Amino acid sequence: MKKIDNWLKNNTYHHSDFSDIKKMVEEKEKRNLTISLCIPTLNEAKTIGKEVVIFKSELMNRYPLVDERVVIDSGSHDETIKIAANFGADTYLASEILPNLEDRRGKGENLWKAIYQLKGDIIVYVDADIKNIHPRFVYGLVGPLIYRNEVQYVKAFYDRPLASSTGIRPSGGGRVTEILTRPLFSIFFPELSAIIQPLSGEYAVRRDIFEAISFPIGYGVETSHLIDVYMKLGLDAFAQTDLDQRVHRNQETRSLGKMSFGILQTFFNRLEHYGMTTQMPEFHKILRQFQARDNEFELIESEIVEFERPPMISIPEYIKK
Amino acid sequence: MKQFVNEFISHFLKDKEGYNEIRETLLSNLILLNEIPAPTFKEFERATALVKRYAGYEILNGSVDEMGNALGIIPGKNSENNILVVAHLDTHYDSTVDHNVSVNTDHIIGPGVGDNGLGLAAMATLPYLLKHFNLELDSNLILMGSARSLGMGDIEGIRFFLNNFKGNISSGICLEGVKLGRLSYSSIGMLRGELVYQIPEEYDWTKFSSEGALVNMNEMISKILEIPLPRKPKTSIVLGSIRGGTSYNTIPTKVALRFEIRSESNEVVDKLTQEIDNLAMEMSSLTGANVEFKKHARRKPGGTLFSHPLNRVARDIHSMMNIKTRLSPSTSELSAFIAKGIPAITIGLTHGENLGEENEQIDLSLLDKGMAQLLGLLISLDRGFEDEED
Repeated sequence: MKKIDNWLKNNTYHHSDFSDIKKMVEEKEKRNLTISLCIPTLNEAKTIGKEVVIFKSELMNRYPLVDERVVIDSGSHDETIKIAANFGADTYLASEILPNLEDRRGKGENLWKAIYQLKGDIIVYVDADIKNIHPRFVYGLVGPLIYRNEVQYVKAFYDRPLASSTGIRPSGGGRVTEILTRPLFSIFFPELSAIIQPLSGEYAVRRDIFEAISFPIGYGVETSHLIDVYMKLGLDAFAQTDLDQRVHRNQETRSLGKMSFGILQTFFNRLEHYGMTTQMPEFHKILRQFQARDNEFELIESEIVEFERPPMISIPEYIKK
Repeated sequence: MKQFVNEFISHFLKDKEGYNEIRETLLSNLILLNEIPAPTFKEFERATALVKRYAGYEILNGSVDEMGNALGIIPGKNSENNILVVAHLDTHYDSTVDHNVSVNTDHIIGPGVGDNGLGLAAMATLPYLLKHFNLELDSNLILMGSARSLGMGDIEGIRFFLNNFKGNISSGICLEGVKLGRLSYSSIGMLRGELVYQIPEEYDWTKFSSEGALVNMNEMISKILEIPLPRKPKTSIVLGSIRGGTSYNTIPTKVALRFEIRSESNEVVDKLTQEIDNLAMEMSSLTGANVEFKKHARRKPGGTLFSHPLNRVARDIHSMMNIKTRLSPSTSELSAFIAKGIPAITIGLTHGENLGEENEQIDLSLLDKGMAQLLGLLISLDRGFEDEED
């Protein structure tokens, strides 16, 4: 698809494209933008301290790119909140924000409440479980939003630290992305399959967009964002940035099963919402995947046609036999 | 001068809000530098990152030299004098070790955070601190992340710099993360060596004493420990590491022992070196194996006197902050200063635990004192010791 190729060429960045943070701050001020950083947490005591220190020092003190840095917690049992507060982050329990609403638990709840609590024109979400945190996780994502008005939503993607002897390695998302989300997008929303890691937890969005869409509170939140923004504004509203490696805890297969179950619920809800269940669209037959060759990501298209044979009992030769 | 330094330190320690931002900058430098692996001889990536940390400050000649040292100069008002602040870049950890650190409310854990991530971070934070306190030094301040410091590196980085720098270095401060209160102003005599016991391929296993390299090395260790050591001058032999063997039931054919001979007397180091050399030859002739004695590094004893103004100022600063001074000789970067006759000291910045382990830990609660100490010393070095002499 030419449109996907063009989009990949024009809307895919590397974080180093935005490493001149001073210049980016000047542009942000010229455009009169404010940027808020939200870190949703649940029991992240091992990694939260590093995140809040690095972002404050590098992106608030050294370069005033980020205007506020807020931790929204789902009710951690460890010292997540204490550590974050110790290093000066504004911390909230999700249940304390909009307390008159029924209490819901889930990462999506924290992301949604961030829109209410935070003040910025651009909101950056960064997960708290990243072991190799670096300022690029923020400046790489806000860069396209600062320089290009038409971009509304920037998604992170990563080169996964896999060993390979051939120079070519499988890339893209994790297991749930490659087994569930990418095939679903390829069938129903083929243009969205251009997003290399649709489930990554790091993204930056303009407030105008997020305040106007609904949020599943659980595992399906990222999937639903992508579908809703796509249905409103099309593929050109998106950009994606390569943030190099992201080191984090690996999830057990059972947890991935739960995640997939949540995503499927959200996906079918969205199909129903957009009237795609009563009038099923024609299923697309091209599966789009990515592989990394050295420093380049290549789009691999495979035509997969699931031809179906009738019951043998309907075959005349079988009946005569 | 003493009063000015005391007032400055008091102000530093009282301004808690200002210190929060200093701490954020220091920890950020620590995290970003410490997470880049830098085993000895492979420090380039960390050196490059250190030079990049200087961006945004008025630093001249920010560069990595041909030995791999990361350098930057903050020009002073009087450009004739140079103060050299140095922290070694390299660590004992291989690149395959997970270098990510974890930040808690009162401590940081990770490989090399104390030795020498914190020392390096403190040095990288100096440009920010001078700007923060609006301090303009008379002397040029040379910041140096020194390469090839540890083990077989044999402080090659700083030796290269001191041999080739054309200007006058008036004094030096070597930074180590641990331990706050440390004060080294002298170097002891040292020989860093390795005994490699290797059984040749064609070895006759029926020969007397053919139990394998490990057993024979054990015997050699026993003999080293039997060497009488004088109480004065203070002398020791440190057996640092032993490597050999592959499994439970295979007789090892190669074992290597790393050790250091340390003494206040150069002659004693020479004598002990000769004795270990003799032991190696004796073991070789007894067992038919090859016993090689590799000499990786050598230092001569020396340094300034206890009463030298630089040392006195360092002790005064400790005393003012109720820090117990711990005097200890050094065999690291300080030796290179001493060899060139440049007054210098090594100081520590905080307390630590599990040093040398992958879960090395440093205490954050003492960092304010550690950094105040460093700035107080720097101001004293810059402004001279005229009124310290009386």
